[in-house]
Amino acid sequence: MSEERSNIDVQARGAVSAKELQDSGSTSIPMLRFLTCGSVDAGKSTLIGRLLHDCQSISDDTLSLIERDSHTWDTTGEAIDFALLVDGLQAEREQGITIDVAYSYFSTPARKFIVADTPGHEQYTRNMVTGASNCDLAVILVDARKGTLVQTRRHTCVVQLLGIKHIVLAVNKMDAVGYAEDVFDNIDSEYRAFATRLGFGQIQSIPVSALRGDNLTTRSARMPWFKGPTLLNHLETVEILIAAKTNAMRLPIQWVCRPNSDFRGFSGTIVGGSISRGDPIVSLPSSSRSSIARIFVGDEERQSASAGDAVMVTLANEIDVGRGDLFCSPVDRAETADQFSANLVWMSSQALLKGRPYLLRCGTQSVIAQISDIKYKLNVNSLEHVAAREVTCNEIAVCNFTVAKPIAFDSYAESRETGGFILIDRATNETVGAGMIQFALRRSHNIHWQTINVSRDQRADLKGQKACCLWFTGLSGSGKSTIANLIEKRLHSLGRHTYILDGDNVRHGLNRDLGFTDADRVENVRRVAEVARLMVEAGLITIVSFISPFKAERQFARERFGSDDFLEIFVDTPIELCEIRDPKGLYKKARAGQIAHFTGISSPYEPPENAELHLKSGTDSTDVIVEQIMAALKVRGVLFTV
Amino acid sequence: MKEKSRHLQELESESIYILRETIAQFEKPVLLYSIGKDSSVLLHLAKKAFYPAPIPLPLLHIDTAWKFRDMILFRDDIVKRYGAQLFVHINEDGRKANVNPNTCDSAYYTQVMKTEGLRQALEHHKFDAAIGGARRDEEKSRAKERVFSHRTADHSWDPKNQRPEIWRLYNGHLAVSETMRIFPLSNWTELDVWQYIGAEEIPVVPLYFASERPVVVRGGTMIMVDDDRLQLSSAEVPELRRVRFRSLGCYPLTCAVESNAASISDIIEELKLTRLSERQGRVIDRDQISSMEKKKEEGYF
Ligand SMILES: Nc1nc2c(ncn2[C@@H]2O[C@H](COP(=O)(O)OP(=O)(O)O)[C@@H](O)[C@H]2O)c(=O)[nH]1
Repeated sequence: MSEERSNIDVQARGAVSAKELQDSGSTSIPMLRFLTCGSVDAGKSTLIGRLLHDCQSISDDTLSLIERDSHTWDTTGEAIDFALLVDGLQAEREQGITIDVAYSYFSTPARKFIVADTPGHEQYTRNMVTGASNCDLAVILVDARKGTLVQTRRHTCVVQLLGIKHIVLAVNKMDAVGYAEDVFDNIDSEYRAFATRLGFGQIQSIPVSALRGDNLTTRSARMPWFKGPTLLNHLETVEILIAAKTNAMRLPIQWVCRPNSDFRGFSGTIVGGSISRGDPIVSLPSSSRSSIARIFVGDEERQSASAGDAVMVTLANEIDVGRGDLFCSPVDRAETADQFSANLVWMSSQALLKGRPYLLRCGTQSVIAQISDIKYKLNVNSLEHVAAREVTCNEIAVCNFTVAKPIAFDSYAESRETGGFILIDRATNETVGAGMIQFALRRSHNIHWQTINVSRDQRADLKGQKACCLWFTGLSGSGKSTIANLIEKRLHSLGRHTYILDGDNVRHGLNRDLGFTDADRVENVRRVAEVARLMVEAGLITIVSFISPFKAERQFARERFGSDDFLEIFVDTPIELCEIRDPKGLYKKARAGQIAHFTGISSPYEPPENAELHLKSGTDSTDVIVEQIMAALKVRGVLFTV
Repeated sequence: MKEKSRHLQELESESIYILRETIAQFEKPVLLYSIGKDSSVLLHLAKKAFYPAPIPLPLLHIDTAWKFRDMILFRDDIVKRYGAQLFVHINEDGRKANVNPNTCDSAYYTQVMKTEGLRQALEHHKFDAAIGGARRDEEKSRAKERVFSHRTADHSWDPKNQRPEIWRLYNGHLAVSETMRIFPLSNWTELDVWQYIGAEEIPVVPLYFASERPVVVRGGTMIMVDDDRLQLSSAEVPELRRVRFRSLGCYPLTCAVESNAASISDIIEELKLTRLSERQGRVIDRDQISSMEKKKEEGYF
């Protein structure tokens, strides 16, 4: 490969203006993002390293460091181990595998390339998904000596799931099979048979040797029988089908700009279609309408802007818009719904729990979401459906989701930008899942809230009280039920209307179908939170006495109520004391291994950090504790006539 | 202003998107301004991202008292030009203890004056997000850095436990006293940066352009004699050579390279032909294998 070819040539690119390209309807893109995947040792890192080297993206000083490292880590026994160029992290080099996604950059006069190198093991499916999420093409490597493996099929399935339309099958290590044509042909036809079933149209197979450089950047003299392009040549020229419904205008609002009272700009990046001054828009999910008054791209005012542009727009009339709203063309608008079905890739070592509230981010929208149903898991090696109750790390499932308020979206097949979402664990802030929306669920269109004319406050007023929920949490034997009982008695004697929801009692009826696994505990608390809310709506002072061991569910319960209506009361008794008290003999059984998932022993208790009341039932007497609670109720105006 | 190539437009939009996510997701973000070319690009992008509003976040410069004089002059002028608010922080403990690059080990000097200096400033101002100009192509361990890169409450980076970053959905959620480092230029290369500076006519420190400058040769590298902060041995006599800098850090640690590139287009031509990496002029990287990864785990930017 010649020297001029290896670097960006400004003139060459400048010669074709963006406008000309658009007018010609060409899908030639200036920057190609692709990923490489393959089984461990198929030679991915060597291939990328070689590509970078041949395109002169590797400097001499880096190369000499690599030469030195090649000796330190003793990997190839060859002079230079190109894999060391991309296997950047020390832990990876020691173990000789790629764990994370590593990005590399190189360019030729035709294109700039961003390569995501992703790991091959099944336990790193999440990293592969991460790498694939921004790519338009996948290079799938197979070792010519081994042919397509289970892993090859898995990688193809993941690539398909992420909506990538272009595949290059690189049959590597051709040097090790004597550059034999029939070896290549067999692998090619076997792979094609599989990939076509998944619906891939665009497959380019290329026989290569990453180690020796055959058919990477220069045509191999050792494989004259191969008439197709070299890998680089294909990457430079392939026309990319963008995975998006390109003509429908979509502008997710990121940030509202108000430098002074005269200017109200809405900023965001257009992810589909285009806008011009005067165009009508609808803002979702509110469905307010307006039209575009002014368009800025950076510090320039423009007549129009299109997909990919980071814009700031103003509207002709004032409507209520904030971060998270989605501007659409009124004639081709996105869906809005609060229930939908989606593919979900789970990325956390803590299993996904049905019913647990997670934070969902779709575009710039954030909303609380729950999985209402796990329909099935996908076998990533075959795409077969498998029944499931939980989803663990690196697994892919099809689930139904319910969100706390309607969001605006397109299906992922129509747009990555408005159809892809992540789930965030609210306790750890980790990104725990990646979702791809399939379709809105009909139900969400058909269930409406029945408006009721008598309000909660009116019901409570009639009882001469303010309704609220007292939520007791703590270990088994901490004294929750005792204290809850004393409080109810006290309130009752003062003429208040109350009710106790006790963990044990509810499990005899409403929740009799639930056990003690994490998933069932989540559902247990969810149901009680909903019942408690109905009771507060009915005007009652509702006392809940539940172990409720997980922060996420207590927070979910809290969010069912207004901020003044919910008191989290932590009955903090050391476990040693609970175990001595052991009123129901449960600790003894748990210690003897007769009860599985026992909170404090074989299942965790996550203590509250911001409870309204923190009671020390180990040190304070119950009288003192009851007075503490009564005082708190007075301060909050719950006992307003006392 | 010259017409930008399409890939530069795409990089520009991506960076603006990231800057806006930062403003939208954090309470008190800051832009780390190191005076170099990448910072110049960042500042220019920040102006575009929030236009017509003024840049809605302050700049922070971690000074070490060992920056080139031209850098400080340039900094003060540029900040005025952009109408931005600038905080300058020096690790005073380090300065009192006379931690300097002449007599101290370079790794120790960097740790005290840069890494600790940055921690102090972030904690003092209670910034929850710090935007930096690092690029993934600079160095191998950076290649795996996230755009939103999480730091624990003690400012360390755990490369094996990074949040997956899917599509463009950056997760900025933090627990108390954790912080985020944000890298809007992740996907830019050194060549992209210069082409963009050329297309947008962005001002940069004159030290990037070749000129006759007094240098001494030490351990095979050229060190510019900026003023009497550099202690010369009796054998070292400064001589005038035509040099420039590819990367600007603290001056005895940043080496000059011989060059005739006196304009941006010269620099772009030179980059296309060079066989040496940008960081070859930095002493700190070469201390040991994976040195950058180690520094980052400790909280170096
Ligand atoms: N014979 C031969 N060996 C190769 C070729 N490409 C890679 N290898 C070797 O296969 C092994 C694994 O390569 P590596 O790039 O680390 O694989 P990765 O796990 O897919 O990144 C190394 O020992 C390489 O030297 C090739 O084209 N031919």
